[in-house]
Amino acid sequence: MGFFQTNLPYILAGISVGGQYALIAIGYTLVYGILRLINFAHGDIFMTAGFMMVYLSASLPLWLSIPLVILLTVLLGFLVERIAYKPLRKAPRMSIMISAIGVSYLIQNCAWYVTSGLAKQFPVIPWISDSVTVFSATTKVVTILTPVFTLGLVAALVLLIRHTKIGMAMRAVSRDFETSQLMGIKINSVISTTFIIGSFLAAVGSILYFTNYTTVTPTAGSMPGLKAFVAAVFGGIGSISGAVLGAFLIGICENIIKGLGWTTFSDAFTFALLIVILIARPTGLFGEKSMDKV
Amino acid sequence: MKMKNKIITAVVLIMALFVLLLALERILPPSSMLFVVLKKGAIYALVAVSMNLLNGFTGLFSLGQAGFMLIGAYTYAILTIPMEARGMVYQYFDGGIVPLALPVILAIPLAGLVTAIFAYLIGLPVLRLKSDYLAIATLGFAEIIRAILQWDKLGPITNGSNLLKLYPVFTSVIFPFAVTGVCIAIIVLLINSSYGRAFKAIREDETAAEAMGINLAHHKQLSFTISSFFAGIGGALLAMYQTTVQASAFRATMTYEILLIVVIGGIGSVTGSCISSFLFIACSEWWLRFLDNTIFIGNFQVPLLGPGFRKVVFSVIVMIIVLFYSRGIMGTKELSLEGLYQFLRKRSEKKKKGDVPA
Amino acid sequence: MTDHILQMENLTMQFGGVIALDNLSLEINRGEIIALIGPNGAGKTTAFNCITGVYEPTNGCIRYEEQIIASNHPQGKMKKLYIGKNKDSYTRVIRHTPDKIAQMGIARTFQNIRLFKDLTVFENVLIAKHMHMKQNVFTATFRMNRREEKRIRKECLDLLEEQDLLPFCGEPASSLPYGLQRRLEIARALASEPKLLLLDEPAAGMDPQETRSLADFIVHVRNKYRLTIFLIEHHMDLVMRISDRIYVLDFGKQIAQGSPTEIQNNRRVVEAYLGVAEDA
Repeated sequence: MGFFQTNLPYILAGISVGGQYALIAIGYTLVYGILRLINFAHGDIFMTAGFMMVYLSASLPLWLSIPLVILLTVLLGFLVERIAYKPLRKAPRMSIMISAIGVSYLIQNCAWYVTSGLAKQFPVIPWISDSVTVFSATTKVVTILTPVFTLGLVAALVLLIRHTKIGMAMRAVSRDFETSQLMGIKINSVISTTFIIGSFLAAVGSILYFTNYTTVTPTAGSMPGLKAFVAAVFGGIGSISGAVLGAFLIGICENIIKGLGWTTFSDAFTFALLIVILIARPTGLFGEKSMDKV
Repeated sequence: MKMKNKIITAVVLIMALFVLLLALERILPPSSMLFVVLKKGAIYALVAVSMNLLNGFTGLFSLGQAGFMLIGAYTYAILTIPMEARGMVYQYFDGGIVPLALPVILAIPLAGLVTAIFAYLIGLPVLRLKSDYLAIATLGFAEIIRAILQWDKLGPITNGSNLLKLYPVFTSVIFPFAVTGVCIAIIVLLINSSYGRAFKAIREDETAAEAMGINLAHHKQLSFTISSFFAGIGGALLAMYQTTVQASAFRATMTYEILLIVVIGGIGSVTGSCISSFLFIACSEWWLRFLDNTIFIGNFQVPLLGPGFRKVVFSVIVMIIVLFYSRGIMGTKELSLEGLYQFLRKRSEKKKKGDVPA
Repeated sequence: MTDHILQMENLTMQFGGVIALDNLSLEINRGEIIALIGPNGAGKTTAFNCITGVYEPTNGCIRYEEQIIASNHPQGKMKKLYIGKNKDSYTRVIRHTPDKIAQMGIARTFQNIRLFKDLTVFENVLIAKHMHMKQNVFTATFRMNRREEKRIRKECLDLLEEQDLLPFCGEPASSLPYGLQRRLEIARALASEPKLLLLDEPAAGMDPQETRSLADFIVHVRNKYRLTIFLIEHHMDLVMRISDRIYVLDFGKQIAQGSPTEIQNNRRVVEAYLGVAEDA
């Protein structure tokens, strides 16, 4: 029980950040499932949402800036897909990945330019930033709220995918891109929807994340983005529940490692996990193998 | 052109290049931006070509270059810091535990060798993976390397999170050019050999390559290790250029920049990577510098110009190239005297027929 | 004494719940031209893939020049799923990667041509020689293997000349017309110095005249290079013309084997595959 007691703040922090990683991870896994693309720019979209919040809330009331941030982030994700990924759909796979890297590079440089490299403070959102005590550990409300929010959104998403027409279209496209097109599915709508959902979740995740870690810098999105991607790979690319599971695992483990005093390695843990899963079970926890026809 | 003539022309051109460089060093002040571009450009050209060997010629999409450059840089620095200076550099670690200081001429190849050994070990599990997963796995390993080299417990060797300095550096631009030149020459020899053909076969169609008796694991490992060897040497050169080296600077962004250099020059073109490297460095460090200054025309401040704008414009240019000129400057072709000669001849023929306006 | 160059014993290939090859046994003698025919989906290419090491058979074994090159029995999950026969007959597990099999002297062409598209015609053929060159990466890079390079270049040029592909030497393989691409694939396979050549639908897409010259070419190559040929084909004129023996596959099972005349008169084969000629 002693371990639990001393590490409770870390475990709670882990669950919280895990939920935030999960919201980002879903974006990665959905896009990869459909386009077989690792959207390197996704983490930077997450970071941009943070900055938008900083600037908008300076001149607008919170009840206006929050939905506006979400809307603008969704718009950004949509535009990135249309401008940088759609033209390369027929190109070899490396080209589109390079485009994603280029977009990531561009967004980070823009963020640096706009902020002149100075870190910005995320606005304090009342109530969720308040302190609360859980089992004698003090933490913010957002820490408790995040997992609840995350699981709620994930449940809504799973319902969408299972029971709506667009959800079925998404599933079909991720199985077989070309045949889906031949069957009359509007590929562009499906792909745009995927990016919209991913960006929406990233925006929500960003609000929760930066309420906790209040400094926003141009590179603030790289690490969470990379970790979220590892979570997606761990869970099995294309599997939402796998990505969520992986994200919570990473969040909790990296915070326990911090609690044990090995802070330098908390980031490396994620990558070690990645290597292990890629060697032991490359298709991830819930992924499926596919065979190429010779 | 006959083989003998080709070799003579090549030698003459190389000598002319070195004469030119020496002349420039006499004429221009050492702080001139041209030298920054030439030195850094040469170093990045070597790393870009090494990355092209792996990504462009063998088709293995690896994003671990920054990690390998880091190993090379650190190996070089650790092995060459003169004994007298060690106390100062390793001030938190009682002078560190490395008992020797090697001459530069040994340390550089050794840097490459150590990197190659690490690459071999990393390659064992990682090269079996599909292309996208390979990218992320190598990226992950680069980050792990970066974390390990900053670890305090290894401080007596690596100086922990402090930077390494006071190791031998170069002043003349001839040095990086010479080292890079030799290395790239070796890579070109490799590419044009039977093994180079095997690498290209793997890139084109792994199944067919296997059916032709090419052992995939062995050849992928060869390409990976050799590429990393040269990336390590590039890292050592970079350490010499920067005069101080710190693990935290070797982030994924560095790998992305090399990748963009390779793409802009043309995946599969060695000369393309070289040209593009110099252009890339020139643009990002020199030619677009004016965009970073706030310029006033009278009392009117030109909008948008300011610190950081240079990188924004640069990123946009890169995106345009990636989207519209994805074959890069050279595509998969190499720049050669014959090619240039044919190109000019065709143009003058077209002019005579009136197709091309004079 | 028959000299078997290839033997398949009770070869079964099961994917999930589907049996692609059902207890297939066959022998090929050195120097023969053997054809494998049957409707689409009968498992012919699967058989090739098992021989060349691309697939690991679920059960059974394959011998090449009397040595076992592939052997397996149902393991792990497959133990419960296996619905084939002879499940306890094979105890050894032997598997070689396709490159090993190629080095032993088995070469193949592919149903959907797999040339190295962006490489030149010449490079495509040169690559097949790589495994036979006495060199390592250092001797090759620093050009200490010049004699080897000269030798293989001459051999490849001869092969290309034989196929009338010499004028296209420097062109990318993808720029060749379809018929020439097929010939290039065969030239490439020959360059790998095989003893057994597996041809997967070499006449696909060819007109009757091209098919005839291909047929003659296959016999010529068998005689000149002392090969054994194992081919999959749908063009019956080619099959009947040059095959010494024919195996007929349907749903993964061997339903007949014999000489061309025997097969043409076999009712079961006619019903399953060949069909009856309609009176004009």
